[in-house]
Amino acid sequence: MSSGTHAPKTPGLFAKHQILEKNPILLAIAILIVVAIGGIVQIVPLFYLQSTVEKVDGMRPYTPLELAGRNIYVREGCYLCHSQMIRSLRDEVERYGHYSLAAESMYDHPFQWGSKRNGPDLSRVGLKYTDSWQIAHLKDPRSVVPQSIMPTYAFLAATPLDTRELAQYMKVSQLVGVPYTDEEIAKAVDDVKVQVNPDSPDAAAFQQRYPKSQLRKFDAETADVTEADALVAYLQMLGTLVDFKLYDDKANLR
Amino acid sequence: MQAVTTRKSMRGGEVGLTAVLAVLALACLYAAAKTIEPAYAFHMALGVVAAAAGVFAIFQRYSARPAETPLEIDGKPNYNFGPVKFCTLAALFWGVAGMAVGIYIAFELAYPWLNIAPWFNFGRLRPLHTSAVIFAFGGNVLLATSFYVVQRTSRARLAGDLAPWFVALGYNMFIVLAGTGYLLGITDGKEYAEPEWYVDLWLTIVWVTYLLVFLGTLWRRKEPHIYVANWFYLAFILTIAMLHLGNNAAIPISPFSSKSVILWGGVQDAMFQWWYGHNAVGFFLTAGFLGIMYYFVPKRAERPIYSYRLSIIHFWALIFLYIWAGPHHLHYTALPDWAQTLGMTFSIMLWMPSWGGMINGLLTLSGAWDKLRTDPVLRMLVVSVAFYGMSTFEGPVMSIKTVNSLSHYTDWTVGHVHSGALGWVAYVSFGALYCMVPWLWNKRDLYSLRLVNWHFWISTLGIVLYITSMWVSGILQGLMWRSYTPQGYLEYSFIETVAAMHPFYIIRALGGVLFITGYLLMIYNVWMTIRSGEAAQADAQPSLQPAE
Repeated sequence: MSSGTHAPKTPGLFAKHQILEKNPILLAIAILIVVAIGGIVQIVPLFYLQSTVEKVDGMRPYTPLELAGRNIYVREGCYLCHSQMIRSLRDEVERYGHYSLAAESMYDHPFQWGSKRNGPDLSRVGLKYTDSWQIAHLKDPRSVVPQSIMPTYAFLAATPLDTRELAQYMKVSQLVGVPYTDEEIAKAVDDVKVQVNPDSPDAAAFQQRYPKSQLRKFDAETADVTEADALVAYLQMLGTLVDFKLYDDKANLR
Repeated sequence: MQAVTTRKSMRGGEVGLTAVLAVLALACLYAAAKTIEPAYAFHMALGVVAAAAGVFAIFQRYSARPAETPLEIDGKPNYNFGPVKFCTLAALFWGVAGMAVGIYIAFELAYPWLNIAPWFNFGRLRPLHTSAVIFAFGGNVLLATSFYVVQRTSRARLAGDLAPWFVALGYNMFIVLAGTGYLLGITDGKEYAEPEWYVDLWLTIVWVTYLLVFLGTLWRRKEPHIYVANWFYLAFILTIAMLHLGNNAAIPISPFSSKSVILWGGVQDAMFQWWYGHNAVGFFLTAGFLGIMYYFVPKRAERPIYSYRLSIIHFWALIFLYIWAGPHHLHYTALPDWAQTLGMTFSIMLWMPSWGGMINGLLTLSGAWDKLRTDPVLRMLVVSVAFYGMSTFEGPVMSIKTVNSLSHYTDWTVGHVHSGALGWVAYVSFGALYCMVPWLWNKRDLYSLRLVNWHFWISTLGIVLYITSMWVSGILQGLMWRSYTPQGYLEYSFIETVAAMHPFYIIRALGGVLFITGYLLMIYNVWMTIRSGEAAQADAQPSLQPAE
């Protein structure tokens, strides 16, 4: 069968379609145009519409220790079972707290909203449990929650935290828009030590740099700063930065 | 061989690729020496070995090949089936790996002591499972079938000399880097796009080469029209390139570190992620596999495609609408409502072109329905299209905000994905591979159609167990989360809803065991076909004609 035999029978638009069917380059260009439209309409406005990210007090970039903990959270794939996104539904707000704001994850590269809850939402887990509960839970989840199906993460407490790439990571974060100051980047490694030592002379300055930060040794059983310290520091700050008593949701109606 | 008329010499591509691989090997060696991350050093060392093996393979091939590779022999296209065969076998291998890991993590959810920290914890194995079945199994099926179909329907040899092999081997190198990376804790934390910057970069190079090979083959086609299957393959290749680049735009913190920081943050990153994530489904797992349907269903049924016009309409509608569907993964979240509503609206509209494809596939059987009784391969292909229809109805239903408020974050989503992944993607792949293996290895037929029949029924039972258990567990958990006591308190603690999932997790895992059992029968069948099948008559298959 050749194109000539059926070309006359196909009317209008269908006949025109043969132009694309006979030229791979035109077909490719047409496909690219058609598939680009949806993404452009949905994504581009999120970068310029003022209402996309709410105006809210209290958000700050992660402290170096929290950031290291967050990277461990990502590395271990915690987001595959735990969401960090409370939907604006009655039961979720009652179970987990105020629905999540876009502003609360605006410094998250990548976002960690998650898509599945094999375990509970963690966006407001900070200070809900004690440090020692968190450490015990990481070492053996079933020692504190007998029906838990979470894997054990005992190795975190036995692994010293590697901070050698932390400043560089903060520097690139600054490049993509996280408002770290050059001073904060320069002091990254020192600040890890300061955060686990509230008696340090730099503690006050640290708290100025990172308001509402929690200074203490999170795993009391080890002397070194471990990966467990970092992860628990991260978990304990989740959802603690925005004071929802002062938050005006009417002002941010979208 | 007859006397060689032209003197053999290295081709430009051979020299060029050798040089590129040599430079790559040196660069990897340097990075391996400089990095402080053991896992990254391991990957760079793998890069050195792979690049060296590539150079070795180029020289091996050079000494074995004739001076000229003719495009046609005796007026018939000199098809290049080497990379097709490789990807076929690679797909079969990765399928075992991906499904086995899937079963393992399914059991981990039922019996958490199966988690072996740190490498075999759920959080590290789950991306390994998803990547292995989607990108390693599915990806190799797409490479194999697209390279086969584009040659057959164009009646032309694959474009490029080394390029098709570079795509086949390079893509599988990407799989090895991605998979081992997850186990070692290298991930950028974006679902279904977890590989880090250097692996993404490598995939980009491979993918662009894939596009060029595909377009080049279409360009040298002998048929006046580009066959409809190739439209779908082309849309799949182009769109995946766009999604991959958009979603993975990141700045490495150093050439000597595996880590990078993604350009997008928070809500914008979420939108990018599900623009990518849903269209990995839409273009990798749908458009690409519709390309398979459009070649293999008519071929096996020996009937033309039901409607040429329907294929035009549903092709353009499908690729236009799919891209909008991403925000239905983000209902009731901090994504602005206008975007959620757009996502829901387009997801519902998407039902129509999806069923357009299903109807076109199923009605191709008109006049050949009796073959379903005698040909289990065709039955597998047809059932895959039926599952496609079911999943693409369930999807729009779940994208409705009120339904989604129940289904989101639960196993219902997992069940939905698997009715598509097992019922549609895997079945249409199995059908295509069952067709293609005898054609590629020049055999009259498969070793055993009875075994195909067993494969079909065992795995169908597996799918039924899988999706029904996930419907029950997902809806049950969703209802438990939102259940209130008469006094107005939440009725269940979270952990009670986890404990309630236990029996369904076991049923689901058993469904997976049945599915892989059927799959192992397929591997045996294919192995025996290649090893001992009866040789075919020369050129038993004419090339496919477009329908009118």
